[in-house]
Amino acid sequence: MSADIAHELKRHDGDELEQARSRTLRARIVLALGPAAMVGGLVWAVLQPWRLTLLHPHGQGLWWLLAEPPFYVIVVGLVFRLVIAPGVAADLEEAEAER
Amino acid sequence: MIAGIMPQAEMVHWWFASGFLMLGLLLFAEALVGPEVWRRRPWRAYLWPGLAFSMGVLMWPVMAFYTNSAIHMVAHGSWAEVLMLAGAAELGVARGKLHSQYWRLTSSLALVVSGTAFIVHEQNHWLFSRAAFLHHALGWTALVCAVFPLVLAFRPRSIAAASGFAMFFVTLAVLLYCDRDVAPIFGHLSQFAGPMHR
Repeated sequence: MSADIAHELKRHDGDELEQARSRTLRARIVLALGPAAMVGGLVWAVLQPWRLTLLHPHGQGLWWLLAEPPFYVIVVGLVFRLVIAPGVAADLEEAEAER
Repeated sequence: MIAGIMPQAEMVHWWFASGFLMLGLLLFAEALVGPEVWRRRPWRAYLWPGLAFSMGVLMWPVMAFYTNSAIHMVAHGSWAEVLMLAGAAELGVARGKLHSQYWRLTSSLALVVSGTAFIVHEQNHWLFSRAAFLHHALGWTALVCAVFPLVLAFRPRSIAAASGFAMFFVTLAVLLYCDRDVAPIFGHLSQFAGPMHR
């Protein structure tokens, strides 16, 4: 094998590796969106625990016991991670594999 | 009596914030993977337009039960209308009933109308109370971010515009989550706003 061909193959392999890394990165970001939102909700709950009326339920009405905004953020992130993200990441991998 | 059993207005804002947060995550994921991958499962194409349309429908009872002045009612009504319009237009595009990419302009129109309604119906200055600040912030954010769907109508593959559009909804959610009944903003609360509550 000539040196030119060897260099060309090496460069080609490098491009594919870079594409694979990029692909994995995009799939990882999609999968990380939900957990990122969940972490946001968790940090909010720690910084402002009084937003969680469940932690001090005495004297609270029904609506205030249901109104737990940091939990809402966590639930949105969880739903996205469990219901939406896996399919999107799988389809992304599949589409890239077909190219 | 009905007012006694209804949830507080800020709770409704938090519920809508959760809807907008989900909308932002969906749009951001679509921007990341591209429309071809996103539409590999047909139901996914209907997700965010359907959510936007549903939130528009749900805005009507908010308008009916939570507004106490004409201008407040008109503002909520306009949000309901433009949310439904933008959602319906995107649903039509997803279904294939509408073909032009320029239907995306309805989202831009929705943001312009929503932003204007926010600013016009807030009669107090920025630091009057937290609600006043949020109205101004939400209004200007919507007006500035209207440029993202505008760009998308002409350049549908712009990742920057798609990401910006998604981030608008996340920002909208954060601002709505910040809402309280009567609360100070950066240490300011006008004596005319009433006693601090929640």
